[in-house]
Amino acid sequence: MANLTLSRNIADPDRFYDTLLAVHDELSKDESDALNARLILILANHIGDEQVLNKALHLAAQTGKTEDS
Amino acid sequence: MTKIFERPLYPYTRHADQDAVVPVRHKVVIIGAGPVGLAAAIDLAQRGVPVVVLDENDRVSFGSRAICFAKRTLEILDRLGCGDVATEKGVTWDQGRVFFDEREIYNFHLLPEDGHKRPAFINLQQYYFEQFLVERAQALAAEGAPLEIRGRNRVEAIGAHPDHVRLEIETPEGPYEVQAEWLIACDGANSPTRRMMGLDFVGRIFEDNFLIADVIMQADFPTERWFWFDPPFNRGQSALLHKQPDNVWRIDLQLGWDIDREAEKAPERVIPRIKQMLGEDVEFELEWVSIYTFQCRRMERFRHGRVIFAGDAAHQVSPFGARGANSGLQDVDNLCWKLARVIQGRSPNWLIDTYDFERVYGADENILNSTRSTEFITPKSEISRIFRDAVLDLAETQEFARPMVNSGRLSVPCRYDDGPLNGAGAEGLPARMRPGAPLSDAPLGDGWLLDQLGPDFTLLAIDTDLPDRPLPEDMTCLQATRAVSPVLAERYAGEQSSAVYLIRPDQHVCARWVQFDAAAVEAAFLQATGQSRGEAHG
Ligand SMILES: Cc1cc2nc3c(=O)[nH]c(=O)nc-3n(C[C@H](O)[C@H](O)[C@H](O)COP(=O)(O)OP(=O)(O)OC[C@H]3O[C@@H](n4cnc5c(N)ncnc54)[C@H](O)[C@@H]3O)c2cc1C
Repeated sequence: MANLTLSRNIADPDRFYDTLLAVHDELSKDESDALNARLILILANHIGDEQVLNKALHLAAQTGKTEDS
Repeated sequence: MTKIFERPLYPYTRHADQDAVVPVRHKVVIIGAGPVGLAAAIDLAQRGVPVVVLDENDRVSFGSRAICFAKRTLEILDRLGCGDVATEKGVTWDQGRVFFDEREIYNFHLLPEDGHKRPAFINLQQYYFEQFLVERAQALAAEGAPLEIRGRNRVEAIGAHPDHVRLEIETPEGPYEVQAEWLIACDGANSPTRRMMGLDFVGRIFEDNFLIADVIMQADFPTERWFWFDPPFNRGQSALLHKQPDNVWRIDLQLGWDIDREAEKAPERVIPRIKQMLGEDVEFELEWVSIYTFQCRRMERFRHGRVIFAGDAAHQVSPFGARGANSGLQDVDNLCWKLARVIQGRSPNWLIDTYDFERVYGADENILNSTRSTEFITPKSEISRIFRDAVLDLAETQEFARPMVNSGRLSVPCRYDDGPLNGAGAEGLPARMRPGAPLSDAPLGDGWLLDQLGPDFTLLAIDTDLPDRPLPEDMTCLQATRAVSPVLAERYAGEQSSAVYLIRPDQHVCARWVQFDAAAVEAAFLQATGQSRGEAHG
């Protein structure tokens, strides 16, 4: 089974985070939402593997939940 | 000139049944002379089963309704004897354009697979489709086939009994009764039969209205399918332009939920909208305007004793993806050979339950596909619209996003994977032709594979000999070689040097082997005809 990489994989996390926020500079909430959606689609296509994508979707859906939700 | 849908094609005439003291009992009665009921009548009559079709009307569908007919439907029409006339009249197209907001984001060519007699699909008004079926039915009747269509015969009440069904029918000259050993309800989405029997029809309602306008236009628009997401002339909604024969163009505009339906249908409202879409100086004339809403739903079971439901009466889908009439024709294809065998005493009653199994499966697949298209075309939440628009924005420059654009998918026949009639599925043969799959056409000798299949079961052998000993029920035997029919060999034998296929009367694969084995063929045949139960059905 293909694996979702969950160990550290980005060489310079600070720089990546910076770049991630920088593309949203000056954007309205709607524009940012649209950008995020495009980014997800681009990355998803890059990954391609349906099992990996499903694991990522599942992980994202499971994290950040509050107790009573 | 009166339009074909304004003329009575099977006018009411008095029938001896109306004067009978004791209600006459028929083998099969079909309620509804829509595409599904007519096709079922032809199929059964061709198999020698007497059939009476009752319709409250006496003419074809008013306005065009269905316009996209898929290849599988044309292949079924070939079997029913009217594939040529439909294909010749229909418009064949394979180019499409997709617009988003004010811009064309991409265009595509369908690139259909070569080596099929029929095109991927044609555009044809439903009224022509029905007209060809009516004419074929009438021609069969004239040749002496046991088929009747009774116009202006409205079924008012139904009594279902264990071995027959009683029908009360209203005519211009008053009521009468008949009985049917089998009743096929092809009476449309509002099926009175379903209602009279108190049966469920649950599913999902989509809160949206669509305006359909068929316009006659001499303009030189190309024969392409144009689809708009959020265009300036219909903000926040979608639009479709598609060509039909006789310079009729289908325009389909999404209107949203909170609208005044009567006002939207008025020409003063419709004409300016269309002008915005086509350009101010394009001249056109309105042929038919209608507003529709839709649902995706199906009956829990399509068979209830001696009453069998088919077409829209059994299942309804959104029009995106053209699956309504196309899937109804597949119902007919699946049902009629089974019903004929049971009526003729060649198979047990149980065989009809496999219609239920296979076509419920087909309906679920169609509902799934059309629900997905609907979600893309009319996003139901803010986030759904954000992703939809992201796909469209990317599609303009990025090839990878284009397959995600879903403005309706081509209707393709379903594969009855795990179907109760499926037999052996030898390893190493091409996956696309596994048991349960609809046959792919291919050139065979000077003609086409599908045209050469028998009316019942067929045994197809590629680069291997079939024995002289008789096969069950004189099944049709076809022999092919890779040397003469390479495309066929590629599709059916693939890497193997030979292959043998047992093919059902509805042109789905029943079982297959690399080498001929008489005992295995016999076993698969018994299973596919319900004479022995397969593993899958326990
Ligand atoms: C706008 C629109 C676009 C569509 N586009 C497509 C498309 O492109 N491709 C596609 O495949 N499908 C399409 N469809 C769907 C297609 O039109 C239907 O799926 C198809 O007509 C169903 O055929 P049917 O024979 O089951 O029912 P119907 O065509 O509805 O026929 C039912 C018949 O039963 C008769 N009847 C009803 N009650 C009684 C009674 N009590 N007694 C006697 N007779 C009765 C009626 O008179 C009618 O003739 C579209 C539908 C719409 C509305």
